[in-house]
Amino acid sequence: MKIIKILLIFFILINFSQLKSGEKSNEIKNKILKNVRCLICQGQSVYDSESDFASSIKLIVDKKINDGLSEKQIYDFLKIKYGQWIVYEPEFNKNTLILWLLPILLFLVGGAIILKKLLLFKR
Amino acid sequence: MKNKFLFLIIILFLVFCFIVLYKGLNYSNIYVPQKNFEKKIPTFIAKDFYLENEINSEKIFLDDKIYILNIWASWCLPCKKEHPILMELSKNKAIKLIGLNYRDNINNAKKFIEDLGNPYSQILIDKDGTLAVEWGAYGVPETFIINKKKRIIKKIIGPLNKELLEEIKPYLK
Repeated sequence: MKIIKILLIFFILINFSQLKSGEKSNEIKNKILKNVRCLICQGQSVYDSESDFASSIKLIVDKKINDGLSEKQIYDFLKIKYGQWIVYEPEFNKNTLILWLLPILLFLVGGAIILKKLLLFKR
Repeated sequence: MKNKFLFLIIILFLVFCFIVLYKGLNYSNIYVPQKNFEKKIPTFIAKDFYLENEINSEKIFLDDKIYILNIWASWCLPCKKEHPILMELSKNKAIKLIGLNYRDNINNAKKFIEDLGNPYSQILIDKDGTLAVEWGAYGVPETFIINKKKRIIKKIIGPLNKELLEEIKPYLK
């Protein structure tokens, strides 16, 4: 009887962990699909689009996740096929240097000005 | 003096932002695929249109010939329009035409080929459109020219026509 109970607990635990991993891969899938542009209806992400192209991409992403590919590897695969344009979030390279660095620079300059004003105000 | 310097910095910064944004306005926000490139052909497994057996892509592009892969569907009107061009191309013995039937009803596709003729030496089935993604296609019709080194050298989006045929002729030698 005790063995049956242990086996039952073991079985439930295995199923629970499988359910959790399924949830996690679904989360990753949705995250990727929301960051991939539908090339047919370009105002929408693949996640929102119902076009033939979007449904094929959904299947491909699902397959790649099941094959064990990481998020980055899936983005790289799509970028090889369709170029940087397919991904909403631009990658950090020499063409996007200003785009990535300007907000940080503005934040630092703004912060320095505020800090300076505060210090002057305290005196 | 200090205020003047700060004012100058702000003006310069605004001018810089204006130039960057103004230049950005000239860039198209519509996807323009790369048409001239050299890429390796993807590896995949596909079902044969008639035999329905699975074939590895490595066994498809075996001959020392120029290959043309054409993505088509029976429901696609531009595909019907370009079909006579493909029939003409199929007469060239130096070229092998491979068809990729995209998201189609197999009976409709077979009828399409029966009615208009079969220009392809082999037709593959892409039931869910995932093979087209492997090729970097996003619709039908699309045509890829593959050289003897088994590299994709040209991609044509949309139906083939007489002008495009003239344009691709140098690639087919």
